[in-house]
Amino acid sequence: MKTLILACGALAREVLALFELNNWQHMELHCLPADLHLRPEKIPDAVAAAVNEARGKYDRIFVAYADCGTGGLLAARCQELGVDMIEGPHCYSFFEGNAAFAARGEVTSFYLTDFLARQFDAFVWKPMGLDKHPELRDIYFGNYEKLVYLAQTEDEALTQAAQRAAEKLGLPFERRFTGYGDLGAVLGKL
Amino acid sequence: MSDEEEDLILDELDDEELVLQMYDDLYDGMADEIDEAVRILLKREWQPYDILTKALVEGMRIVGIDFRDGILFVPEVLLAAGAMKKGMAILKPLLIETGAPQLGKMVIGTVKGDIHDIGKNLVAMMMEGAGFEVFDLGINNPVEDYIDAIKREKADILGMSALLTTTMPYMKIVIDTMVEQGIRDDYIVLVGGAPLNEEFGKAIGSDAYCRDAAVAVETAKEFMARKHNQRA
Repeated sequence: MKTLILACGALAREVLALFELNNWQHMELHCLPADLHLRPEKIPDAVAAAVNEARGKYDRIFVAYADCGTGGLLAARCQELGVDMIEGPHCYSFFEGNAAFAARGEVTSFYLTDFLARQFDAFVWKPMGLDKHPELRDIYFGNYEKLVYLAQTEDEALTQAAQRAAEKLGLPFERRFTGYGDLGAVLGKL
Repeated sequence: MSDEEEDLILDELDDEELVLQMYDDLYDGMADEIDEAVRILLKREWQPYDILTKALVEGMRIVGIDFRDGILFVPEVLLAAGAMKKGMAILKPLLIETGAPQLGKMVIGTVKGDIHDIGKNLVAMMMEGAGFEVFDLGINNPVEDYIDAIKREKADILGMSALLTTTMPYMKIVIDTMVEQGIRDDYIVLVGGAPLNEEFGKAIGSDAYCRDAAVAVETAKEFMARKHNQRA
């Protein structure tokens, strides 16, 4: 039984790592551009187009996105398409584990994952215009109290990158190792 | 920007040219130039309310259209808003002195669990610019803060904002509480925020979902006009 994992580009490394770790040879990965997160309203259409293109080529298609800022529209679209997706609001939540993340109830933390620690400039600093207008930093981040790096892997270079990001944003730094959280468990059931 | 534009002396422009230049300067987020232009118009004995509506609000409306159409992005809108804020800081005390028209009063705030206030601040600024009195509750507001404020401030409009899909359902808790207290229909309830949409706005029982600050202003004006017509 061949399964397609249609994933956010920000999860590519993690999904491939899980394939390798678990020897999931029945799964294939296709990623949509991670920068769709900068315009989440475009995610449902992009996912639908990719699902429709892949139909007939696989026995099963699984959408490796959480809600990701679509306000329930992605879940509704997946239901229409007859495909399952990851539960939860976003990857920060399912990496930590949806239940644990919700229980923590942190509202003043800005999160980075391995992907975002690696791509901080391309996905946070530049799209927010902070490379050209650093004076906007506190308008964006003034209400946050800390930067939490949710680490999927033990990687000193990434930890340092996340720490530098916290310094750039003027926020205290905290690292939490999450591993792959709910992502591994969800894919493991397919 | 061309050398010709850099050498522009604002005081040498006639009123019409100066207002058009202000649209450009707002668009480019040039706060010092807006400050200077507002002072020039005041010196030319423009009414503060006219400077606000004809130059600043209209300029920001253009910014809003290009943001909606994907020509401008959040950083540019923030810079434009910063420029408008600088102009408004000059005008605000004068508007109070000159008794500018008040279209209504709005209580606005970001919902509980949410600390994002960029959109909410833009709406508050544009509403003020359009002639509404705005009481800003800030971020992370529980239901009781909203209810207390709308009663205490004798507001016409309640505005709620959320950026997160996890926090936007809280708007329904606020509206349901208003229904329970029998006060829902005493207020116009407007909601907004990036993950919201019109369907959501309807489903939770708001009067309208506003996709951006300019739409919020137009919607608020429309509902206030209806409210006055009902009373007439």
